[in-house]
Amino acid sequence: MEPILFCKGGGCTAKLGPGALKRVLEQIPRKKEPRLLVGYENSDDAAVYQLTEDLAIVQTLDFFPPMVEDPYLFGQIAAANALSDIYAMGAEVKTAMNIVCFPEQMDLNILGRILQGGAEKVEEAGGVLAGGHSIADTDVKYGLSVTGTIHPSKILKNNGCRAGDVLILTKPLGVGIVCTASRMKAASEEAMEQAIRSMTTLNKYAAGALAAHEVHGCTDVTGFGFLVHLCEMLSDAYSAEIWAEAVPYIKECEDYVEEFYLTAAGQRNRNHVGEQVVFEDCPFFMEEVLFDPQTSGGLLASLCEEDAKHVKQELEKQGLPCAIVGRIVEKQEKSVIVKGEKR
Amino acid sequence: MKIDARGKQCPLPVMDAKEGLKKAAPGEIVEVCVDNEIAVQNLMKMAKHKGLEAESQKKEDRVFFVRIQAAGTEGQDRKQGETEPPVQAEEQKQGTACLPDGRRKGLVVVLSSDRMGQGDDVLGKILMKGFIYALVGQEELPETLLLYNGGARLSCEGSESLEDLRQLEAMGVEILTCGTCLNHYGLTEKLGVGGITNMYEITEKMCGARTIVKP
Repeated sequence: MEPILFCKGGGCTAKLGPGALKRVLEQIPRKKEPRLLVGYENSDDAAVYQLTEDLAIVQTLDFFPPMVEDPYLFGQIAAANALSDIYAMGAEVKTAMNIVCFPEQMDLNILGRILQGGAEKVEEAGGVLAGGHSIADTDVKYGLSVTGTIHPSKILKNNGCRAGDVLILTKPLGVGIVCTASRMKAASEEAMEQAIRSMTTLNKYAAGALAAHEVHGCTDVTGFGFLVHLCEMLSDAYSAEIWAEAVPYIKECEDYVEEFYLTAAGQRNRNHVGEQVVFEDCPFFMEEVLFDPQTSGGLLASLCEEDAKHVKQELEKQGLPCAIVGRIVEKQEKSVIVKGEKR
Repeated sequence: MKIDARGKQCPLPVMDAKEGLKKAAPGEIVEVCVDNEIAVQNLMKMAKHKGLEAESQKKEDRVFFVRIQAAGTEGQDRKQGETEPPVQAEEQKQGTACLPDGRRKGLVVVLSSDRMGQGDDVLGKILMKGFIYALVGQEELPETLLLYNGGARLSCEGSESLEDLRQLEAMGVEILTCGTCLNHYGLTEKLGVGGITNMYEITEKMCGARTIVKP
């Protein structure tokens, strides 16, 4: 019998391509429901359904195959990633349910470790685990279905940005590249450690810092990479200028890109929005970092400069790496202009 | 040098190619066979970034070849010295990415009715739906699909073949429906895929076709 591999290259690199998904979703008939405040027409992070005048529920679901060898860390990362959509909407986590696919022949202790990692993150989020569903499958997959609540007027949609806003990113990019390098046994311990620390960090803290300010648009950066998520935020109304030198990333990516530890998902992201992006004097590795699919990536928020500076200070005080990476401008020919030199 | 990287997920095909290029003699062509376009694009991206000559070709469904020339002067000398041009270079120079084209030049499919064959009408409709569905799965697609008379109903809203026709269009097949016919059946506002055409174009397309398929 073939040995069962735990980690074959998972996380958000395992997502279906954005192009393929869009084509299918466009063909699904949709019911008009006024209480559904956020559905999937704006490619938003989670669904929001209004219950009463001042209460709405926020629902999201996310699961994927392991991207790290350690089951406990995988559980933490998968949970942090699923919980993240709630934070990207500005909501509060209430309940979570496990979604598990697990091979029957595999050691159940591994499953135990995964669930333990996930449960700890749900607790850290202030939520409660309320059940779950499991399936015998050839490969391991794990994630959460999460429900949160929010006041309907406080929803952070992803497409509310306006010209003059700056963009703040609350986690370094490049975790997809580092995990791929790790799968090729080529990642340094430091790089992998930094990636894991980043992926297991809840976006709760970033969302908390943002909550004190007027946020115009917010999303979490996941499988579609920084640039696809940014394009979704801009819709067709605005363009963005990104300062490559300001973008936080895991340093070792420079070398790993040179070795071409690149995923199929990264290339799909490039195919999807590459034509809407122009790179001006931007090194090749930075292009790849900006297209890199992120597992449990940070929040990308659009707000006025003064507020963004406060958020940055606040997060830096908590020891969380974040940066102001660009600004929203009036609509140009290209949606995103990545500038090699800052301003 | 030939490398078969089919069945391998990114970044493995690129890793294999890199390994091959390291071992290759200066100027040697390393040919990597992969089974998906994304792998082709990642290989081409690697070659471009390393400043190496490369080209890609779709051989058949899920069989793609990427040929990368290892660095070194020897290959460049040979390229100038020999008359034989690098394979497929002409067509591939335009775009860097491999865009396989499944359309066969000069193949025109004509649908003059929403039923296939004569006899029972209910059966005829089922057969036509099956024909269009099967057309989507053909390895060689038509260049153009012409719809007229009762066939015009197939490209309109309410047609069970609409999704299949849209898929054909997405794969590059030109879909044209007769405007007079749409008008006659009161379907002009209902056209769900492709463009509207006239008898001049229909005649021209049919006369210019190498093969006409009319189910």
